[in-house]
Amino acid sequence: MDLSAINPLLFVAGFLVAATPLIFAAIGELVVEKSGVLNLGVEGMMITGAICGFATAVETGSPLLGFAAAAVGGAVLSLLFAFLTQVALANQVASGLSLTLFGLGLSALIGQSYVGIKPPRLGDIDFGLLADIPVIGPIFFTHDIILYLGIALVAGVWAVLKFTRAGLILRAVGESHDAAHALGYKVKHIRTTAILFGGACAGLGGAYISLIRVPQWTEGMTAGIGWIALALVVFASWKPWRALLGAYLFGGITQLQLNLQGAGVAIPVEYLAMSPYIITIIVLVVLSADKSAAPASLGRTFHASN
Amino acid sequence: MTQPLLDLSGVTKAYPGVVANDDVSLRIAPGEVHALLGENGAGKSTLVKMIYGLVKPDAGQMQMRGEAFAPANPHAARQAGVGMVFQHFSLFDALSVAENIALGMENPPKMRALSQQIRDVSDTYGLPLSPDRTVGDLSAGERQRVEIIRCLLQEPKLLIMDEPTSVLTPQEVEILFKTLRKLSAEGTAILYISHKLEEIRSLCDSATILRLGKVVGHCTPRETSARDMAEMMVGSALKTPTRDSKEPGKVVLTLNNLSARSAHAFGMPLREISVEVRRGEVLGIGGVAGNGQDELLNALSGETLVSPGMLTFDGRDISLLGPTARRELGVLAAPEERLGHAAVPDMSLTENAMLTGAAREGLERSGMLDWAKARDFAEKIIKAFDVRTPGPGNAARSLSGGNLQKFVIGREVLQRPELLVVNQPTWGVDASAAAAIRQALLDLASNGTAVIVISQDLDELMEISDNFAALNEGRLSPTRPAQGLTVNEIGLMMGGAHGMEVAHV
Repeated sequence: MDLSAINPLLFVAGFLVAATPLIFAAIGELVVEKSGVLNLGVEGMMITGAICGFATAVETGSPLLGFAAAAVGGAVLSLLFAFLTQVALANQVASGLSLTLFGLGLSALIGQSYVGIKPPRLGDIDFGLLADIPVIGPIFFTHDIILYLGIALVAGVWAVLKFTRAGLILRAVGESHDAAHALGYKVKHIRTTAILFGGACAGLGGAYISLIRVPQWTEGMTAGIGWIALALVVFASWKPWRALLGAYLFGGITQLQLNLQGAGVAIPVEYLAMSPYIITIIVLVVLSADKSAAPASLGRTFHASN
Repeated sequence: MTQPLLDLSGVTKAYPGVVANDDVSLRIAPGEVHALLGENGAGKSTLVKMIYGLVKPDAGQMQMRGEAFAPANPHAARQAGVGMVFQHFSLFDALSVAENIALGMENPPKMRALSQQIRDVSDTYGLPLSPDRTVGDLSAGERQRVEIIRCLLQEPKLLIMDEPTSVLTPQEVEILFKTLRKLSAEGTAILYISHKLEEIRSLCDSATILRLGKVVGHCTPRETSARDMAEMMVGSALKTPTRDSKEPGKVVLTLNNLSARSAHAFGMPLREISVEVRRGEVLGIGGVAGNGQDELLNALSGETLVSPGMLTFDGRDISLLGPTARRELGVLAAPEERLGHAAVPDMSLTENAMLTGAAREGLERSGMLDWAKARDFAEKIIKAFDVRTPGPGNAARSLSGGNLQKFVIGREVLQRPELLVVNQPTWGVDASAAAAIRQALLDLASNGTAVIVISQDLDELMEISDNFAALNEGRLSPTRPAQGLTVNEIGLMMGGAHGMEVAHV
């Protein structure tokens, strides 16, 4: 075993990358749940985004176009969920689960001819002199634009929910759809918009895996990140910054266990591989002991009766 | 006559199977306090929902200050100067007072400016309220203030109030009325819906009475007796509950220094309550809401277990028996909260009847449900208590508040209880149905059942109780015979450490 083989700078830079798909998926789902909808289809929307992004990037040669296509792909799939739950008033849990199964199958179908291809690479942003700062430079200023977009998105969602009227209305709808309806807010429109946003975010997160983190296409490559994102939202007590923290924790341990595997630590690989999931959940359960309440209407179907 | 503020003519709205409003006409002048009266299901709520833009009329005209008025949604209605305070508050528990108010405004100012406005308006109208508090922590009266201030900040020309006093204490009602009178003096018209006729007599300038969706009369409440108004609403003579006076029987329930902590974080613990209840006696328990009423009902029904020796029923210590065991002994209870506590909203009436009636009515046999018998029992309740519903297969949620109340009270009454505890038995129920419920309670008592009525309606307690006691901060005052008690004495029993003057009822 040789722990000195682990380069701390590369390690930290690596876990920022490992956390990014989770950040996108979690922040999208957070907005959806704040509006009172429980969409369990995150995994399906992520994998759909992953293949839509991958295919588009390969065909056009532009990774950024690929990310745009991933967002659209995730959003289109979430539209199906919105139709089922908001128009057909189907059960949200069942619809979400079927969305995941559907997304996994659909992505495998689209991805058949893309296995083993290398996608075009998205370059890192040139920060010029900033990247030359010792320690800080290599960790924070050697990434692609999507990673920074993820962090900006967390800040944006936090600010919108806390300071803007749109955010207040979104929270109000999630808190009591009956009261919001009585005041004249369009509950279904607001929820559908939130679901679309969540789908686009999940799609971006999926594409980040297939285009940057791995980068290649394999069936089922999101490997449960969508489920972790769902758990993260709950254990983060629906708070954006805490979700970001949880994502970094998960990314950090993922990266660490990969490094440990590389260094040949005498722990069976299976235990190392499951460690990020277990530790993230344990830490978040402990953190969520403050019982910040869930949106009161979460998962309840809204029907405007007369 | 000056130009009316609001003028409705021929307004009609039909739902499948029922005409909620049939050719309704109504005029309200600026500054007028206009009462809208009617039984449950007479179409009052539908009418105000049309004025507030939540429901579109099928036919008829609405005019606001001489101009056509057809709000497509509540936003449009608010812009036209209509404000509404809802019967079931349209508030968001997890949000702050200021956020709740901002949600009900068209163009809310910045939060800091809004907080200042809230403070100003609450000072002006004597409705103390802190903008930063979370609504979930507020009392019913304070929650209503949030709604009223939300309306007042829009400077409405017409304020609609749908049963505003049903959850308020007498003190809070006084404060509310002062505010409304002040508003009316400033030229704001108020459309006021309530079942409490005495309140309408003291507050309103004129009244329109609806029955089965039609306008059946107008009156000036100050010059009309409550009884006459009630009879106009019902369309027939009203029966006052009566009972045969009878000597009370032997003591059946003894509370001995009953103390219990509240299951609720903001609840009131019960403190050393001692009282005896006899067969055939109606014990009325008054008091301002939140002084231990829910906790007392839970302790008596068995939802909260208490220490051994505190509760004795018929010579047997029932302190540690759960609700089902107590039901088998004949100790039944009907809690205040209809949806979610007394009844399961999404279950049918048959299922709800089964939930409390299974043991005493034999609706189950060795764990198997007897559906036919349960349906018969539910139909019996519906018939005996005139519950208006298409049938026992309908979900509890689909019934109006008053009808569901009749059902949950009827369900217990028909199980031949030895001891019945009810909390707010006639809350939100119209005059004739309330009279029927009270009569049923009195009939039970004259057949030898001990009845404990917990209520905030002092008139109700005085009408049916043999003995009266008041809950105050979890303590029960000594019981006194209800007959001959004056309002002042009751006030002292209820007031205790509150140091507030009791409203003159």
